[in-house]
Amino acid sequence: MNETSRRNLLSFSGLAPLAGGLLAARSGAAATAAAPTLSARERIRERYFPDVVLRTQNNEKVRFYEDLIKDKIVTLNFFYAQCDGVCPGITANLAKVQRALGNRVGRDIFMCSFTLKPAEDTPKALRDYANLYHAKPGWTFLTGRPDDLELLRRRLGFTDPVPAVDKDKSQHIGNVKIGNEPLMLWTACPGMAHADWILKAISWMDRSPAALEKACCDGKS
Amino acid sequence: MYYNALGEKVSRARYREMLNAAKNRRELIAAGLYGRRELAKMGLLTAGGMLLPKIGLSARARTPFAVTSQAASPMTRSFVEPLFVMPQAQALPPFRPLNPAPTVAPNTAAGESRTRPHQALTQFPPQKFYYVTQHAIQATQSPDLPVQTLWAFDDTHNACSPGPTYVNHYGVPILVRNNNRLPPPNQNGGFGMPSVTTHLHNGHTPSESDGFACDYFEIGHWYDQHYPNVLAGILSTHPGTGDINEALSTLWYHDHRVMFTAQNTYKGLVGYYLLFNQFDSGDEDSGFRLPSHPQFDIPLVFADKVYDPTTGQLFFDLFSLDGILGDKFLVNGKIQPFFKVHPRRYRFRLLNTGPSRFYEFFLTDLNNLSATNPYWVIANDGNLLPAPVQVTSARIGVAERIDVIIDFRPFAGKSIYLENRLNQINGQGPVISNPNGTGATECNCPEILPAGGGNLLMRFDVDTDFVRDESADPRTQTFYQLPQVVAPQVVRTFKFDRLNGQWSINGQFMDCNDIRFHVNQNSAENWILTNATGDWTHPIHIHLEEHQILSRNRVPPPLPIEGSRKDVSQLHPNERVQLFFRFRDWLGRYPLHCHNVVHEDHAMMLRWEVVPGGTGDKVEVP
Repeated sequence: MNETSRRNLLSFSGLAPLAGGLLAARSGAAATAAAPTLSARERIRERYFPDVVLRTQNNEKVRFYEDLIKDKIVTLNFFYAQCDGVCPGITANLAKVQRALGNRVGRDIFMCSFTLKPAEDTPKALRDYANLYHAKPGWTFLTGRPDDLELLRRRLGFTDPVPAVDKDKSQHIGNVKIGNEPLMLWTACPGMAHADWILKAISWMDRSPAALEKACCDGKS
Repeated sequence: MYYNALGEKVSRARYREMLNAAKNRRELIAAGLYGRRELAKMGLLTAGGMLLPKIGLSARARTPFAVTSQAASPMTRSFVEPLFVMPQAQALPPFRPLNPAPTVAPNTAAGESRTRPHQALTQFPPQKFYYVTQHAIQATQSPDLPVQTLWAFDDTHNACSPGPTYVNHYGVPILVRNNNRLPPPNQNGGFGMPSVTTHLHNGHTPSESDGFACDYFEIGHWYDQHYPNVLAGILSTHPGTGDINEALSTLWYHDHRVMFTAQNTYKGLVGYYLLFNQFDSGDEDSGFRLPSHPQFDIPLVFADKVYDPTTGQLFFDLFSLDGILGDKFLVNGKIQPFFKVHPRRYRFRLLNTGPSRFYEFFLTDLNNLSATNPYWVIANDGNLLPAPVQVTSARIGVAERIDVIIDFRPFAGKSIYLENRLNQINGQGPVISNPNGTGATECNCPEILPAGGGNLLMRFDVDTDFVRDESADPRTQTFYQLPQVVAPQVVRTFKFDRLNGQWSINGQFMDCNDIRFHVNQNSAENWILTNATGDWTHPIHIHLEEHQILSRNRVPPPLPIEGSRKDVSQLHPNERVQLFFRFRDWLGRYPLHCHNVVHEDHAMMLRWEVVPGGTGDKVEVP
């Protein structure tokens, strides 16, 4: 930023007291100089990934960022055990995905399913649910404090803009977020898409030369 | 019941916003500093004359938890940067041919990622060759923001975003060698997939060169795209020439990478592609006598974006499923630029690159807010209309274009603004109002903000130097007729819906390996698009051939500018839109999708194919 524009900005933000602080919130550019410089990855973490403490189906305490997604390729989705709408299909799809990925799940790819009803989905209920779908290690089912799960749900965009729809758990968002945390690659795939397509989207998160060799293009027929 | 200043019913939340906005405005005005006009000039007023929101960036910003994770962009001054006009893309000189030379079969050994042979390379041999590289650049979008890292197109002369403007002519086929030299994702600044496929939007392009969503290629690889620049029908209904009534004028190119189009286009991978012929000649002394290119024929790329309030860097909401709205308005890559013009006619090509916003363009004189300032629409989606249509405003969704003629003579010595007065607060589409609340519940009328109360996009500073203007008076002009509509052999229906937040077409989701249906080459079909939702608007785009809108909810489209050829049609809440298509000249895979790129990426797309006549689906006409 050159000197002239900085002066203009400062003179502009000088209006703030007169405007009852209204403009203060908007003089971000002037404030930039004093702000610590965060990397893009740190900004994403700060915005989207609260490090809330959750509990797994094995009743272990885990932190969302530090333990579940940091340095990993992950899938994230929301469900609840008694859901008889989209959840069974999506969970069955994810079970297929886990089988297809084999021992990579738990090694460099991690799957996380978060409950929308933490009050009824105790670790024991989650363990029963995981067993029902033959989930193997590397696929974690999570419960916790309702506020923490709600915060996570909103930060990760599992929300509907219509409040009535957002409150109705039977209409909950059925997408699976897919990401490579260190590489800042994030996308989402319908949980009801074909399992092969979800697998394909997960494969794009792997940017190793060997994976890219196979990734060149798609939809051959 | 709550009402706005126009006596229209509004929601309680909206009413509260209005009260807050009015209070905020009073604070400023009470301070003796600013009237509405001055605030508008500084770009500080928006929706309904309220001050720019302190929150409210993406569709998610209004939820209480998301507020803490997002904030409004830093303050930027308006109209301090001149308009950037993208340089013309330069073809390689004849003494510097492409090496290796283009081949019909994919040159996989040399790093080409194409998977199918060129269909038409020998029939329409390229006369111009471009060597284009996609890579990161450092660019300034506002003097009040730090330098941004964008992804750009580089024709070996200019690397910029929006990319260089291709200027081509019918009858001159070209080939673009498209190279991916984007940085690896850990240098993507927080979003963007360095895996690309470049779609020529509205190109009558063979499938393998179309930039199909699944034809993506990785860093270090390249892809030859052959653009025959021929009129539709050249190999079928109008052998040897093509149908002149299918002439295309204003096309654009953009990244179409499946599941990452929103991120990659937001990061800069967009540009213009103009096609001229003997009628739309680019010369106001010949043909249709439209204002001469490039001096008086200016392409404008509109985009709305958000910047991180702390770092000032471009911010993309990675986890939005509904759509992303920006609070900064860019034209040709600069926030709210100004443009010096002469008092004469100009042709502007207006393109909305989204990601999710709809625009309704008005000309606003801030010194005379009650004046209506008409202009002429001459083309819809880059296709010249049968004749110019005079309007006071025109609305476009993402990826739609209008070409307009603005006559600046009445404004000599003054400044006039291009303003978006459409009210939109989230990814659902424009806010729908029910005028007068008189039972007009089925009206899809969007809420239009008062003059000066919308988003001022750019300022035209009109000088007093009268210059030569040989362009035709739009009142006297006619262009192409609409192509003939014939009875369809097949009628297909597509239902656009939201299933637990998952965007679907006929209950299914995009999958590159799913060919949803097969269309007979050289056939005519009707496609019926239906919107299963009452609160979402979708701009639906179909590749390969243009369509005509036969009806909206079973009656002819009410807007005169929709009496045209289209490649994107707005599908309003609860609407049924019937389209006429022909499928000619090329075979292969193409997509149909929503062009709210956030919806598109989250699976509101499908793959269909053109196959040799007689081998396609036999679908009964109901």
